[in-house]
Amino acid sequence: MSEIIIENLSRRRFLQGGAGLTLGFCLPVMAAAAAGKSGVTVAPSASFEPNAFLRIGADNSVTVMSKHLEMGQGTYTGLATILADELDADWAHVRVEGAAADAKRYNNTFWGPTQGTGGSTAMANSWDQMRKAGAAGRAMLVSAAAKRWKVSEADIVVRDSVVSHAASGRKASFGELALDAANETVPAEVKLKDPKDFRLIGKQAKRKDSAAKTNGTAQFTQDVFLSGMLVAVVAHPPLFGATVKSFDATKAKAIKGVVDVVQIPQGVAVLATDTWSAKKGRDALAVTWDESKAFKLGSDEILARYKEMARKPGLIAKQTGDADKAFAGAAKVVSAAFDFPYLAHAAMEPMNCVVHLKADGCELWNGEQFQTVDQGRVAALFNLKPEQVKINMLYAGGSFGRRASTQSDYVMEAAHIVKAINGKAPVKLVWLREDDMRAGYYRPLFHHALEAALDGDGKLVGWRHRLVGQSIMAGSPFESMMIKDGVDHVSVEGASNLPYAIPNLTVDLHTPTDIPVPVLWWRSVGSSHTAYSTEVFLDQVAAAMGKDPVALRLELLGAHPRHAGVLKLAAEKANWGTPLKAAAGERRGRGVAVHESFNSFVAQVAEVTIKKDGSIKVDRIICAVDCGTAINPDNIRSQVEGAVGFALSAALSGEITLNEGRVVQGNFDGYPLLRIGDMPAVEVHIVPSTSAPTGIGEPGVPPLAPAVANAIAAATGKFLHRMPFNTAELVA
Amino acid sequence: MIKLNVNGKPHQLDVAPDTPLLWALRDTLQMTGTKYGCGQALCGACTVHVDGTPMRACTTPVSAVVGRKITTIEAIDANHVGKVVQEAWRKLDVVQCGYCQSGQIMSAVALLSQNRKPSDADIDDAMSGNLCRCATYVRVRAAIHEAAKALA
Repeated sequence: MSEIIIENLSRRRFLQGGAGLTLGFCLPVMAAAAAGKSGVTVAPSASFEPNAFLRIGADNSVTVMSKHLEMGQGTYTGLATILADELDADWAHVRVEGAAADAKRYNNTFWGPTQGTGGSTAMANSWDQMRKAGAAGRAMLVSAAAKRWKVSEADIVVRDSVVSHAASGRKASFGELALDAANETVPAEVKLKDPKDFRLIGKQAKRKDSAAKTNGTAQFTQDVFLSGMLVAVVAHPPLFGATVKSFDATKAKAIKGVVDVVQIPQGVAVLATDTWSAKKGRDALAVTWDESKAFKLGSDEILARYKEMARKPGLIAKQTGDADKAFAGAAKVVSAAFDFPYLAHAAMEPMNCVVHLKADGCELWNGEQFQTVDQGRVAALFNLKPEQVKINMLYAGGSFGRRASTQSDYVMEAAHIVKAINGKAPVKLVWLREDDMRAGYYRPLFHHALEAALDGDGKLVGWRHRLVGQSIMAGSPFESMMIKDGVDHVSVEGASNLPYAIPNLTVDLHTPTDIPVPVLWWRSVGSSHTAYSTEVFLDQVAAAMGKDPVALRLELLGAHPRHAGVLKLAAEKANWGTPLKAAAGERRGRGVAVHESFNSFVAQVAEVTIKKDGSIKVDRIICAVDCGTAINPDNIRSQVEGAVGFALSAALSGEITLNEGRVVQGNFDGYPLLRIGDMPAVEVHIVPSTSAPTGIGEPGVPPLAPAVANAIAAATGKFLHRMPFNTAELVA
Repeated sequence: MIKLNVNGKPHQLDVAPDTPLLWALRDTLQMTGTKYGCGQALCGACTVHVDGTPMRACTTPVSAVVGRKITTIEAIDANHVGKVVQEAWRKLDVVQCGYCQSGQIMSAVALLSQNRKPSDADIDDAMSGNLCRCATYVRVRAAIHEAAKALA
């Protein structure tokens, strides 16, 4: 195995054209295969290609390759923190580069042979990988120093990118040792640090992207310029399922700067030398659409259908005990139904992509969240092999799930435009805000119906939860993995794994298949609606039982200590149970919710003021988080603060509405996002933990809306059953 | 030809007079720190200073800013307040995705240039036009207070 690795290292060094150490390590399966072939000295086949995460330059720079997209969630910093800690690198010398699109080296270890970012998996799936990569680098530097100084490795100390030997007084920087270390054997086994020796993990490692993102130099897809590049703005169909019947480009082509107008499967693209000319050209196009097969229902009609479907049982997602029997013998039944609209991700950077078709392949520039999927589709379109599609990883100006498109929608739109012009120029596809908001790929509209049965002693003995909504996974590359017996796991996540000890429980699901509105994961996916219905309904049940919401939850969470842990911590920090003062004419309330998503546990207590006119002001959110080992506590706080604001937008105003099939909202006037004046104070408390780290990009979202709704109910007695909230119900 | 003064330098641009300043900066001058977010002055990602006043470049035609002093994020560190604001942003790690942050910083610098000790209400007023989908608002507010302290 060692010869193979050395061969690779020297080749990589040559390819990079610079002096230094590039470290790779094999995936376990590859290591095993390699071990059986010791002594092989020929250049290895593709399957022996090492998985490279680290480069140490002779200039002492430490470069960490991030296989994951940085879309704001702090992944570049987090991955580098893990590796740099085990390497004992000086944080100031560490920089991060987006890795290539190459599933062989950079797959998400939770997703099999697929590279991509999502499901709050970046830290969790990389934890061991990045630790080992750092530790192996450290071991090779130590070994190189021991040989150079003829001392024992055991007497060598590494700290802040300096390797030293106390007895002889020798010292060398990483840069000084890099070339020697490159000739060392990659250790098959590495010793990882005892967590008590962490110097960066759990401490305050500053973000690596703060400087570039505060001086305008951070590179987003929108900022790419290539020689001869054209900008494309597209006329998209006004309805889902409509197609181009005919178009007249005469006026568009008369606009200065417009170079070409081409039809693509997604609409009609106007190509120009600059964005403004392309937009003017697009606006000057006369397109006649064939709407004969288009979807023409409105949100109200969709919801009415869903309510009708909810009258009958769906496919079973979870069954415990005998709910029918429990309800038949119930002394009291509590019921409620909940409605959730379509939601747009509305990342600040509208979707965009740069595609350049070359003689020997294709090159993409993108805030790339789904490398393997996009690479495969683009390769197929151009009749290339996936590895001939190079993806340059850029920062994404937000995503919230949108850039991990199951259908590669915007990436393929850009590729189709390049195909339509026979690759004569590189193309930057620019979606204007309206294109982005009306393109679909929404959080699906959902209807939930819940019932709870209380027995003669007032105990909660039965729970029925029925959900109706489109499947995200149907038709996606994950369909076979995520849909079991007709039940899409992400439609019911958060409901089917309800943590409360209720002896008789049934969760069932209807998945309409005749609604062609494209749907997609939206920050926290199924939990974006299931946390709301379950946690608000539980408060309604608590009210019917005459119990305190925190006390009831704790009673029912005996088997779930991590839920109980965050719940207790949030309640304690919020002084749960003490009165809240309200000004004259105002009502104030405190509400709580707890939810697990992506293996992380978050509880939130909301303090809310309700005015006479029904308007609400969320004053403060107290959060408790258990996401295992806290790699970067400040980033965890930052993510949870942001999740609170993101979720509050949805609670207060988030709604995409269809009217006769047309998306009503097009920009931030119709789809308002939370502004600074409505942002509550946020406190984040992190539960100390030595468990492996889990995600934090999404888990802060689900508990927010139910905590706020429960606070409103505490103050007004009214439980809100739809998102966004209808504050007219709260007029005093 | 449209003559613009951007960050103290004169430029001659061959663009239509109705071209928004945003696209002239981005596509013609390739100064990409100023961002496109909405095209309708709803999000503030394109905020620049014109004669020291924050303006939305996406709805400001180049013809309206001929002969005026345009400042963008790329040169904000030449201004003392700008430098202090950037430092506060870095100290508190305000950014997440970062796409709106040029605009946030331009609005914050304009606020602190006028008002060295803004209250929370002053901050909410001055920053209300700048959307952040990552909702970094807690830290935007804290960083403005931090910068105000450093400027005192």
